Amino acid sequence: MTEIALEQTHAPRSGIFTIAALQKAVAFVVLIALLLFFSFASENFMQWSNVVNILQATAVNGVLGVACTFVIVSAGIDLSVGTLMTFCAVMTGVVLTFWGLPMWAGILAALTTGALCGTTSGLIIAKLKIPPFIATLGMMLVLKGLALVISGVKPIYFNDTPNFSLISPDSSITNLFPNLEIPNGVFVMFTVAIVASIILNKSILGRYVFALGSNEEAARLSGVNVDFWKVVTYALGGFICGIAGLLISSRLNSAQPALGQGYELEAIAAVVIGGTSLSGGRGTILGTIIGAFIMSVLNNGLRIMSVEEQWQIVVSGIIIIIAVYVDNILRRKS
Amino acid sequence: MKKTMIASAFALSAAMMISAPSRADEPYFPIISKGFSHQFWQAVKSGAEEAAKADGVKISFEGPATEAMIDKQIDMLNAAIAKKPQGLGFAALDSKAEVPLLKKAADAKIPIVAFDSGVESDLPLTTCTTDNVKAAGAAADKMGEAVGGEGEIAAVIHDQTSATGIGRRDGFVNEIKAKFPNIKIVDLQYANDALKATEDVKAMLQAHPKIKGIFASNEGSAIGLVTAMKESKSKIVAIGYDSGKKQKDAILDGTLLGSITQNPVGIGKCVVDSLSKAIKGEKLPKVIDTGFYWYDKSNIADPKVAAVLYD
Repeated sequence: MTEIALEQTHAPRSGIFTIAALQKAVAFVVLIALLLFFSFASENFMQWSNVVNILQATAVNGVLGVACTFVIVSAGIDLSVGTLMTFCAVMTGVVLTFWGLPMWAGILAALTTGALCGTTSGLIIAKLKIPPFIATLGMMLVLKGLALVISGVKPIYFNDTPNFSLISPDSSITNLFPNLEIPNGVFVMFTVAIVASIILNKSILGRYVFALGSNEEAARLSGVNVDFWKVVTYALGGFICGIAGLLISSRLNSAQPALGQGYELEAIAAVVIGGTSLSGGRGTILGTIIGAFIMSVLNNGLRIMSVEEQWQIVVSGIIIIIAVYVDNILRRKS
Repeated sequence: MKKTMIASAFALSAAMMISAPSRADEPYFPIISKGFSHQFWQAVKSGAEEAAKADGVKISFEGPATEAMIDKQIDMLNAAIAKKPQGLGFAALDSKAEVPLLKKAADAKIPIVAFDSGVESDLPLTTCTTDNVKAAGAAADKMGEAVGGEGEIAAVIHDQTSATGIGRRDGFVNEIKAKFPNIKIVDLQYANDALKATEDVKAMLQAHPKIKGIFASNEGSAIGLVTAMKESKSKIVAIGYDSGKKQKDAILDGTLLGSITQNPVGIGKCVVDSLSKAIKGEKLPKVIDTGFYWYDKSNIADPKVAAVLYD
């Protein structure tokens, strides 16, 4: 019985001609168009060093986007991903710089902090029955404040942990291919994306995430422990935010406690541009990664053309609206 | 017995409530700043606290989370005025929007001392501030000399609307134009956090391979400048503003040529000292320039400079 119900919600996302696949194609076409446009607009755009710039610039938003994808597919929302990322970075700072523990402990601190905070959000939503928007809005502020309190309102530096730069800015692949230089953060993002994609499409958790998003009531009636899987979904999202916290703090060699608010909206934008429906039940990790690339190609290209920041913001806004409009059109056609 | 105890407890607490405000022999000055979480404001706060201890006054220090939150600052200002303090320290996010409130404070005979950015009115008795235009001009002079008086340069500015953002941008740009006609400013971007500034600088270096120098106008943008240079292994002339551990390290390892520091501790002291003088009826000059320093490898350890730098 359970299996049948889940099979039905599961079915529409496989196959080449489904809506999700079509929209992924739309996003991909937009990405290619942007790349072509900027290549013609500036000769400095399509160079290997700039491709690496774009890859690196996508890492943090891409990983945050993946965290949001799970939650949004389950018909929830997580507004706390940006400040949770910062909070995880600060906790890493506490463990590495304040306590002087080795690097693995710092990594563990970020990941457990992320998972615990995600679990807290999940419990507030599932057990206290507070709508996800409100619950995670509250968490966003709580975590922002706590990051400032714990850090003592100043950045925490990782000068005592020289290997910390291995996580993001260093290029380990250069050891294998001496002429190739790609920051490790880029590989972290792709690894996160691949693993997340497998979890979303092949695991029980993934099935339940889609089931929650398609029809929570049906899932409950077919015997799914809805509350439990909701908490797990938010916990997983939080865990992935911990990875984002490691990426950003490694790159800046510091946990910047005042940074973070606003990043949740960029992550949600990447998810939406990538074809994941805000009403849940439909979405892909690949789409989110493409969405994150669209945002960073756009920012990088406009910067290279020396377009003023205020216009960069306007263009980003227009792209988001167009993406959601396309989403609506395709859904109505189905 | 029980009744009398309760009655006396009430009487006691009532007496305490009445006596609390009248016991205000220590003057109280709320200080409303433009920010709180940035280290610069924490340094202003520490200067203010130091002066408060020396002058025997009580202060509170608060500011909104970001420098765009003018409405939040207005709420704070309202609450501060409602406490009927003996004086008020204030750094306006938007001086025009907030003049009516300051008028309310002035009508209530609360002396006002402005700091950081000026208030466009006669209401503040004095303004404790850095001349941002002059200070950024000094950065431009150093930049011009370091790149040999010609070639392409760029700047990352932390904000396009605030007085400090505008002052530093114009101070830098105008000084370059006036003194170094052969230097061309090929790019000018705005970035309000370290990660955004990193991406901005990387794009600048990509777009203008011949660029010789970049100026960053506050701590966050300087962190971005240093991060971007390390990532793209760039050897351009880099100049920052304000301080913080990352900038100090970058100056010592040669990534940054140098930086301009204001005197945040001095600004905080100036606010409290001026208010203390004002309630004693002393006259104050219209503007008190708290000064700035150029610091680089050669003088970063100089006690006079080290005293105004923060980590």
